[in-house]
Amino acid sequence: MNELIDLALDAADRGGAAYADIRVSERETESLTVKNGALQAADSSRSAGFGVRVLVDGAWGFAASSRLEPAEVERVTREALDVARASGLARREPVTLDDTPPIRASYRTPLDEDPFAVSLDEKVGILMDADAAMGRVPGVNVREGTIQGARERKTFASSAGARIEQELVESGAGIEATAVNANESQVRSHPNSSGGQHVTGGFEAVRAMRLPEHGQRIAEEAAQLLDADQCPSGEMTIVIDSSQLALQVHESCGHPIELDRVLGMEASFAGTSFLTLDKLDRLTYGSPIVNIDADATAPGGLGTFGFDDEGVPAQNVPIVSGGRFVGYLTSRETAPIIGRQSMGSARASGWNVIPLIRMTNVNLRPGEAGSLDDLIADTDDGLFLSTNRSWSIDDRRLNFQFGTQVGWRIRNGKLAEMVRNPTYTGITPQFWGSCDAICGPEAWHLWGVPNCGKGEPMQTHRVGHGAAPARFRNVRVGVGRW
Amino acid sequence: MSGARSGHALAEEVLETAMQQLPGDGEALFTGRDAALTRFAGSRIHQNVSEHDATLRVRAVDGGRSGVASTNRLDGEGIAEVVARAADICRRSAPNPRPSPLPPADASGMSDVGYVMATAEADPDRRAEGVRALIAAADEAKLDASGAFSTDATTMAVANTNGLRSRHDVTQAKLLTVMTGPDRASGYAQATSTDVADIDAAAIGAEAADKAVRSVDASDIAPGEYDVILEEYAVQTTLEHLSWNAFSALAVEEGRSFMELGRQVMGENVSIWDDGTDATGLPSAIDFEGVAKRRVELVTDGTASGLVHDSATAARAGVPSTGHALPAPNTFGPLTWNLFMAPGSSSKEAMLASTERGIWVTRFHYVNIVHPRRGVLTGMTKDGTFLIEDGRITRPVRNLRFTEAIPEAFGRIDAISSATRLLAAEYSGINARVPALRIRGFSFTGATAAESDG
Repeated sequence: MNELIDLALDAADRGGAAYADIRVSERETESLTVKNGALQAADSSRSAGFGVRVLVDGAWGFAASSRLEPAEVERVTREALDVARASGLARREPVTLDDTPPIRASYRTPLDEDPFAVSLDEKVGILMDADAAMGRVPGVNVREGTIQGARERKTFASSAGARIEQELVESGAGIEATAVNANESQVRSHPNSSGGQHVTGGFEAVRAMRLPEHGQRIAEEAAQLLDADQCPSGEMTIVIDSSQLALQVHESCGHPIELDRVLGMEASFAGTSFLTLDKLDRLTYGSPIVNIDADATAPGGLGTFGFDDEGVPAQNVPIVSGGRFVGYLTSRETAPIIGRQSMGSARASGWNVIPLIRMTNVNLRPGEAGSLDDLIADTDDGLFLSTNRSWSIDDRRLNFQFGTQVGWRIRNGKLAEMVRNPTYTGITPQFWGSCDAICGPEAWHLWGVPNCGKGEPMQTHRVGHGAAPARFRNVRVGVGRW
Repeated sequence: MSGARSGHALAEEVLETAMQQLPGDGEALFTGRDAALTRFAGSRIHQNVSEHDATLRVRAVDGGRSGVASTNRLDGEGIAEVVARAADICRRSAPNPRPSPLPPADASGMSDVGYVMATAEADPDRRAEGVRALIAAADEAKLDASGAFSTDATTMAVANTNGLRSRHDVTQAKLLTVMTGPDRASGYAQATSTDVADIDAAAIGAEAADKAVRSVDASDIAPGEYDVILEEYAVQTTLEHLSWNAFSALAVEEGRSFMELGRQVMGENVSIWDDGTDATGLPSAIDFEGVAKRRVELVTDGTASGLVHDSATAARAGVPSTGHALPAPNTFGPLTWNLFMAPGSSSKEAMLASTERGIWVTRFHYVNIVHPRRGVLTGMTKDGTFLIEDGRITRPVRNLRFTEAIPEAFGRIDAISSATRLLAAEYSGINARVPALRIRGFSFTGATAAESDG
């Protein structure tokens, strides 16, 4: 390994690169899916390779290959140099990097129980028990449960002298019940939708989800939704649960604070951002109780690591403080543009792609509204919304619309009747400005989002969001013709 | 892999080695890909990448049991390890009473329709040259250009123990741009083809620049129901989401689709089909089980007329697979990749001239399904949204959010262009050749107003 790394860095230096780095990584995953009482998918995958990134005359080049052989390392490094020279054909200001010092270190995800050491039988047994619990409820047509594990070993080395070894381990699981009648298809999930909950850590996180204990509940709720009233339309007070609020943070805060988006580097694909440079330290992003951090050190977060893929240490930085917008996610290339040092959020989804600015764990800090029950009790009239079903937001991250799997009317401080197909829509700063209560630490939960897409070629990455249930006033719900 | 042609020998060697080592029944899928992409923003190349990878995915089958493993280590040791891993998972797994059978030998397909050497051999200088031509169009209009120019070559080959042997080589070139100007004006254009020589960078630049220039000084407009002219970009995105949610046999089995065979689900002027063999699209002649693709009529004259199958859904339905399987193991079901929508007899100009009041939509952004059973989608307009009054475009308007049941909206189409355009999806491999449409009473449910910035 060390010889291959030295080979690449030497070849880059000889080829005229002012800076070069190489990442060598292997990612292995295991995924099991039980659907309708049968093990329908058992999958184990391994992908290994290396990527060489070079800076020549102020322009980037990158090439990657799955063949970890000396001749291929030299060929791919030459290719990266050629690509960089082609970049120079349409170059303006030269790229400059911040002065993050090179680090030699290592990091391993802390865990209790290696997910790869737990037997297939035991994992399938958990999913079968959950499936049986869902299957006890009449009217549930589709039952599905998944358990996943992943391990990534990667080495980063740069021409500046950095050498970092990391081993990141992820665990995740979830179950879902779908009920269908002549006109409706309704779904409920536990502990979250889109494949469940995901963390960096061991199988202890999967055990803590207690999937079989929740199977019957979600199946009953899916069946009840078929006959529930349609979500009302109009402006209402809404209380959003922790997992849906995590996705709200993701879409309306996590993405617009990516400095590459702000600078137009993602304009042709993911879009730009309303949080332009003139708004830093000035814009009122939300109400005074809204505080958001980007914390790559949060224990168990899916966006937790030791070092980013430019060799910058994981950090916790404020993004929104007392409602005021104060920070971006940055990389070594973009941070100097705003006079700062990278806060360590340049991440590549694999060996074959370049690091881009990605969310770490962008977390809404807990408030002082107590438990969810306390918040409901404090709300006279409104709607409680739970578990994401649909999401959409404009290219500047202002105009959003979300759908959740289920809603309940809140009447006189109590949850009342269930409503189906709930949706809500708004404009980001106005929405966060209407936040008047956030539950406390006892209701705060750190959620993993395993499917965040960005960049061309598109990279699907794993990020985290902590949130506690919160209340928002005068929000438009029940959008569209029903 | 290094060049799809030279990948043949590697694919054959890898697959035959895997077949020999499988202890029982099974399937091996080889995917080799050389991919390069030159990305630009602020009218400069800011990211420029190249990638070479080849993967072997093995499915071991024993009655109702199966196990899948994959690797990109393709030497003898790597192949032996992945076969053993798949067989081990198979042995330890529980039987599935609804297994996915291995396709028969006569489902095999061999094709290089859609493989163009010039695309496979395109180098970073060729892509930079295209980007420079496009940036020149932006400079002339005093705009900023962003976008990406990609060239890919892929070999996919499948073997199974029933004797199936399939292979498909394909190339794809794609150039897209968003040009931006004052007051957040923007314009979009995209071209995609199997042949990089078909990509006219200057023309794409001119199209996007024209849109961006005409988008300056956009004003607010109230949401509501408007007649719309959807350009091909917007139509392609809409069909892509029907692909994810409606046209698969499993989606219908599980009650998450509006499709009901024999029932009228759209207007009589709407016909949609999938055809991976049509060279006027971006061909993908076999699926991930190695089954040669068949043309499937999905909606014919507004009536739901067909669904796509993989081996699992086909076995349950008692029909042959149509060649639309995803890679094993797959619980999502089959997927349409190569969509076509029948042209009409109109043109965008004629639609415009005969529209009293409406909205011209260049493209949609961040579309997602709200209610799968009714086919309700939501998303935003982007990069060229204009008010139409008395048969002409009178002003650009700020972006609007739509929330609309697409089957119902496709029942209100009253004009379809005779010209069609081949377009690739932003987020997936799904591609479509589609016309432009005029739809009456399209529902816009929100707007991003000028004062929204905070």
